[in-house]
Amino acid sequence: MTHTHDHTPITVPDGVPGYYEIMETAMRELLAEKGIIHPAEIRRQIEVLDSRGPQLGAKVVARAWIDPEFRQRLLANGRAACEELGITFYDDTGLIVLENTEKVHNLIVCTLCSCYPRPVLGLPPDWYKQKPYRARAVREPRGVLAEFGTVISPEVEIRVSDSTSQLRYLVLPLRPAGTEGWTEEELAALVTRDAMIGVSTIEAQERKVR
Amino acid sequence: MKTAPFPEIVTADGEKPVFKAGDTVFISTRYPVGHYRVPRYIRGKRCVIEAVIEPCGLNNEEEGFGRNAGQKRHYYRVAIPLADLWPGYAGSAADGLRIEVYETWLEGTK
Repeated sequence: MTHTHDHTPITVPDGVPGYYEIMETAMRELLAEKGIIHPAEIRRQIEVLDSRGPQLGAKVVARAWIDPEFRQRLLANGRAACEELGITFYDDTGLIVLENTEKVHNLIVCTLCSCYPRPVLGLPPDWYKQKPYRARAVREPRGVLAEFGTVISPEVEIRVSDSTSQLRYLVLPLRPAGTEGWTEEELAALVTRDAMIGVSTIEAQERKVR
Repeated sequence: MKTAPFPEIVTADGEKPVFKAGDTVFISTRYPVGHYRVPRYIRGKRCVIEAVIEPCGLNNEEEGFGRNAGQKRHYYRVAIPLADLWPGYAGSAADGLRIEVYETWLEGTK
């Protein structure tokens, strides 16, 4: 079957499995066979991962926007403040929350692999794990941001945080103007995954009157 | 400074951070075999320590090879201007990188 669109082909593993796929299956089966890991534990871990998503990060951000004391605790110790909301850190990573201001815009990347604040944002998007983003985010962040439609003024400092080991990062975006008096739920609905990675900002939007 | 309640306490090697926020240090230029959590593009670069990360972390590079299990040292959040990393960097001079580096990869300046 040939395909003439110009989008990136969606790769669905078919036919002969690749080298790493075989290695992963062999390792997993061997660990199960030797009783080191039970298949139910793997399934359970997938449930843990699936229960995490950007809606958790959005709640953290919205709470920080409306509660100055929570914001202070969040910036002092990201993990402890998230734990207050019941978000657990099953992978035992620490969390630094990076505050965007009128003078500083933060961006996160993992140049070595795909470290990502999974406890609060879930699984990373594919582009976050692929080499073009990983290589270019630290080399030409402004160019990368522009491709996401985010143009940052030259007056604003860009800080790129590269995750390498035991810490993960979450961007606290600027609260959009015109959202005074909004409820925490309304604010959370504005917060996007991309804004918490730092590839976009949150634009002011019209309040949905309910 | 407050006097420590137990001045007789002796700390083990690695318990206390060697560097402090504001120190200027260099990232080692080493290329050991294996998977090290120090990207090559920062090796040999000068950086400023922004924060000492608490608590100490396991030396995962040694641990990964089954050596020195349990040895702990500090990670540091360090800052490097992007213009120092990339010749001809096109953005603002204030743009910078922040990255966590393990103590064994940092060298003090004399």
